[in-house]
Amino acid sequence: MPELLRVILFIIFVLSFAGLNAAYLVWCERKGAGHIQRRIGPKEVGPYGLLQPLADGAKLMTKQLFLPKGVDPVLFMVAPLMVMVPAIMSFLVIPFSESFVGRDINIGLLMIFAFASVNVLGLLLGSWGSANKYAVIAGARCVSQNVAYEIPMLITTITIVMVTNSMNLNEIIRSQAGWFFHWHFFRLDISLLMPVSFLIFFVCSLAETNRAPFDMAEAESELIAGAYTEYPGMGFGVFFMGEYANIVIGCALTAILFLGGWQAPIPLNFGGFLGVLWGMFWFFLKLYALIFTVIWIRWTYPRTQFYELLNLSWKVLIPISLFNLILTALQIKIFPWL
Amino acid sequence: MKGLLQRDVNQETFTLNLGPQHPATHGVLRVKLEMDGEYIVEAEPVLGYIHRMHEKMGENRTWAKFLPNCGRMDYLSAMSYNHGYVATVERAAGIEVPERAEYIRVITVELNRISSHLLWFGAFVLDLGGFTPLLYAFDDREQILDLLESVTGSRLTYCYFRFGGVYNDIDDSFIAGTREFIKRLRKRMPMYDALVTKNIILIKRLKDIGFITKDMARRYGATGPVARGSGIDFDVRKHEPYSVYPEFDFDIPVYEEGDSMARYMVRMDEIEQSMRIIEQALDKLPGGEIKPKKAVKMVKPEKGDYYCAVEAARGSFGIRIVSDGTNTPYRMKLRSPTYSNLSLFGEAAKGMLLPDALALMGSLDLVIPEIDR
Amino acid sequence: MSGYFKELISGTKSLFIGLGITGRYFFKPVVTMQYPMEHVEMTPRYRGHIELIPNEETGEPKCVACGMCEKGCPSGCITVKGEKREGVKGKVVTKYILNFTTCSLCGQCVESCKFGALRFSKEYNLASPRKEDFIFDLIKRLKETN
Repeated sequence: MPELLRVILFIIFVLSFAGLNAAYLVWCERKGAGHIQRRIGPKEVGPYGLLQPLADGAKLMTKQLFLPKGVDPVLFMVAPLMVMVPAIMSFLVIPFSESFVGRDINIGLLMIFAFASVNVLGLLLGSWGSANKYAVIAGARCVSQNVAYEIPMLITTITIVMVTNSMNLNEIIRSQAGWFFHWHFFRLDISLLMPVSFLIFFVCSLAETNRAPFDMAEAESELIAGAYTEYPGMGFGVFFMGEYANIVIGCALTAILFLGGWQAPIPLNFGGFLGVLWGMFWFFLKLYALIFTVIWIRWTYPRTQFYELLNLSWKVLIPISLFNLILTALQIKIFPWL
Repeated sequence: MKGLLQRDVNQETFTLNLGPQHPATHGVLRVKLEMDGEYIVEAEPVLGYIHRMHEKMGENRTWAKFLPNCGRMDYLSAMSYNHGYVATVERAAGIEVPERAEYIRVITVELNRISSHLLWFGAFVLDLGGFTPLLYAFDDREQILDLLESVTGSRLTYCYFRFGGVYNDIDDSFIAGTREFIKRLRKRMPMYDALVTKNIILIKRLKDIGFITKDMARRYGATGPVARGSGIDFDVRKHEPYSVYPEFDFDIPVYEEGDSMARYMVRMDEIEQSMRIIEQALDKLPGGEIKPKKAVKMVKPEKGDYYCAVEAARGSFGIRIVSDGTNTPYRMKLRSPTYSNLSLFGEAAKGMLLPDALALMGSLDLVIPEIDR
Repeated sequence: MSGYFKELISGTKSLFIGLGITGRYFFKPVVTMQYPMEHVEMTPRYRGHIELIPNEETGEPKCVACGMCEKGCPSGCITVKGEKREGVKGKVVTKYILNFTTCSLCGQCVESCKFGALRFSKEYNLASPRKEDFIFDLIKRLKETN
């Protein structure tokens, strides 16, 4: 297949994947919240409320794009895109299956982290451009939160990179081949604290994507809608899609780094087209299990207080992940044959 | 660049209008906050958005016609408010209440107190960002509302008490249903405990935050769970007994800490105490009439000045009535607990962070129509 | 230092317990009622707006237009008119208007009626964009339900 065609096809896939995910994760979220709270959730539009995302989308799209008085028009309009675009770009390097990946580049991991930090810039610009006091408070919170949580996240990632000797996501997955106990999550032999670093990474990805219990950017009972307070219609909709796309990326990374990505739990692999589907099946299974956990967490906990959030990062997550880094380095040095 | 940059850059603080429409104020309360970043320099509650002149309405109509108004002040514990008014007028006009009616009053008031505390619990956790406990609490609260509806015919503003008695008698199905409900709630309380009270996030948000000292609570006249959370052992039911409360064995939960967690724990413990009272009242429930033998027709209290307070879900609710011997009160003063409880917010919130201050406000259990009356 | 780890472990445990509870409830049946599709049966004592009770033999309202309900109503939402008629003891009600927009459903009218001519309806699905729809002519209503 010519390279150009492949890339175009993949971009189409990624765009539709991101859009569908954003739409249907909202449905999942509402259904999940409903059943956790012993209600039904959406049920009117379509069977099981399955067409609800379409109705929501139509409603958001038909709303007037209104510029409130005093906003900075450029920043206000650009900010949602600054959240959405990097999220979509990150999908390009995520391997959905061994051969089903947009660009199989050897710095894929680095690229995702680079784009992930643009996300917060978008939120900051949007909240600043809104000229709303609640939004500015939320924007300021967001930045310090993201700065604080990027550090333990990166340190944890470094331990994985030390183990695999690669930043290529496919390479990282290939190093976890075999039975499920070859996944990094279960590899206590390379680092005793592997499950802990999984937990740290997962918590950090929650905080990075501004999800409950770390949803400082929205904090609806304190800051009304936080950074999104002034956004009408699709401006808010794009923010929303970006948020869900970020969740998907966060969970995909967790699955790739710790749960073996597209590897099946048993050493059974197929060639050709069936192999692609087989890999995708396992990848999506892990991905959506993690996403469900994210939703589950949101509907269980109250929101953290802002300084507790920073305390958690600086006093707990960073020391432990640093300790974990040294421990892993030692274990690799002492038992190099593993 | 327009907007924020145009403002005076030398200004160190900014004003934040919290409300009258804000998710955390539970109604039309407005708090004017002077903020330094996220720190509150000064907080000033602004009232009056839902003032309906209940006192003046009371002076304009006959004694009996004021009855439905009481429930509209604090719609979450409407029973206690009716009880307060009825008790004051009974005291003024010297009306005897049959014992059975008093027991029924205690049972319904305590059920109403539980439902009010459950709603506060849900709304408070909602203020802190947790959605699910609200729905669980509503599930339980709904059972109480069903029970009370079966007796009073109404779910929120009951208007169930009459001078000298109650409107309807309770039946066996209500008694059985109440016992069933208490059994159910006793099973649910450990769940709330594990899901919310012991949750580390909640503890971190409430413990040692939002202090109200004993002295502050006294100075502002705080009552109810707010005062009891600050170590003041005062409950009208125990210390100025009314109705048949002296016949029951129950404790007044008092916590010395004075932080948001203490107020939270007081209310959670009160649910258990209310259940104890209901159980005893159901056991001891005497037979007999629910209305006085001589029907109360036109109430005309003697000339004089009367006061009676009851313990509502939010604190001491007192009514002072000045009668000039006619069929309307000369003066009616309603002392609502949240008005005093809210007034200490300005002092207590000084120097706090915004989310902490909102947690403090939630722990005061505000019902805005009751503040404004 | 030991307090630090203790808190860390107990805190993490409390979070997992919380997840366990909501996870269990996820699989339990829903408790809500789908209101417009399902209807709740009102309890016998449910206080809807008031209605007139017909005389079992004649089907005419039992009301004798004494006006006690009108006098006892705190909101002044009841208007009763009656007239003397030949051959009938007492007065006959000719007009009974309930202005439901101001009614607070306290039930003092029902209580003050010495003739047992008023009761609460079980109507609770009342909705209209027009204020006039809530000014009920109870005599007309009685005739329609008969």
